[in-house]
Amino acid sequence: MSDASVTASTPQTGEAGFGDYFALLKPRVMTLVVFTAFVGLYAAPGAVHPVVGFAAILFIAVGGGASGALNMWWDADIDRVMKRTRNRPIPSGRITESEAFGFGMTLAGFAVVMLALATNLLAGALLAFTIFFYVVIYSMWLKRWTPQNIVIGGAAGAFPPMIGWVAATGSFSLESVLMFALIFMWTPPHFWALALFMRSDYDDAGVPMLTVTHGRRATRVHILVYTVLLAALAIGAGFTSIGGPVYLATAVVLNALFLKGALAIWRRDEAMAEADKYKAERSFFKLSLLYLFAHFGAIALDTAMAPLGLGGW
Amino acid sequence: MALSRQHDLHKRRFSRNLGLGLVLAAFVALIFGLTVAKVSTDDFTMPINEVTD
Repeated sequence: MSDASVTASTPQTGEAGFGDYFALLKPRVMTLVVFTAFVGLYAAPGAVHPVVGFAAILFIAVGGGASGALNMWWDADIDRVMKRTRNRPIPSGRITESEAFGFGMTLAGFAVVMLALATNLLAGALLAFTIFFYVVIYSMWLKRWTPQNIVIGGAAGAFPPMIGWVAATGSFSLESVLMFALIFMWTPPHFWALALFMRSDYDDAGVPMLTVTHGRRATRVHILVYTVLLAALAIGAGFTSIGGPVYLATAVVLNALFLKGALAIWRRDEAMAEADKYKAERSFFKLSLLYLFAHFGAIALDTAMAPLGLGGW
Repeated sequence: MALSRQHDLHKRRFSRNLGLGLVLAAFVALIFGLTVAKVSTDDFTMPINEVTD
């Protein structure tokens, strides 16, 4: 951890309310984990008992929350510096770092064991690997070392639908890999757009985001390149077994909008962006949230319509 | 300074204790539900042979 923790330390009382512990689980990130894990589990072939399915999604969410708590423990020093994260439970002094570490480790162990017991060993092992990947590979290693942190680290957020699929079937398959790839390719443009308009945060914290190491022009180019690759993947997936009429229509419309947004970002320079307070970058970021939810929602909808002969191919 | 009964610290502790109690109760209910779901599947068999052999 850096010297930032010394310069911006706050008194820690350790007397947190229940909500503070909940905030440690990064509930907003958890909604993405819950939703994509649900779609992975729901789209998988074969029937899963509703209670087992509910438990599986809950334990995947708890595992994701544990990763969030461990990430906040490790990143407490940079969270104190960044405007966006300054009010989190550790930097604001409501929860101590050691408490967050114990909380995260306990929840991680609990989630992995419970998922393995409720579903199968492979799903438990994959959840354990996901937590390890997010905390050790991304938070501890990549995040402060390389501007490709988001690209490789994005894999951690891409695992939940695969875990859901494995929880239901006990094995991997092309469909689960495609769902993984969709989130994996979506993550870099999503975060780079955020880095463009949260301009000073990453600079102040010394996190080597692409905007800091390669400049903002290069980041705009990267967003466009990744969006083109993502659009090819997302629309291509519409012709595979995870696709269907709803998915394909959703993918065509949203990828056209996403490409339009990426092109607008690529065409702009900093003077234009500052003149309208990063309007294009902000709307691209908002669209990226809708993009992922809509794609996975469409996969779920095609699965739901399949018994009626309307969804899937 | 002595802590009064209405101190904010008590409120925070109460919310924590209540939350933890509810989480534990929900966990018990979930384990019960999981047990029922697991033993009601067709492929569930009691290990009778091991007891009788």
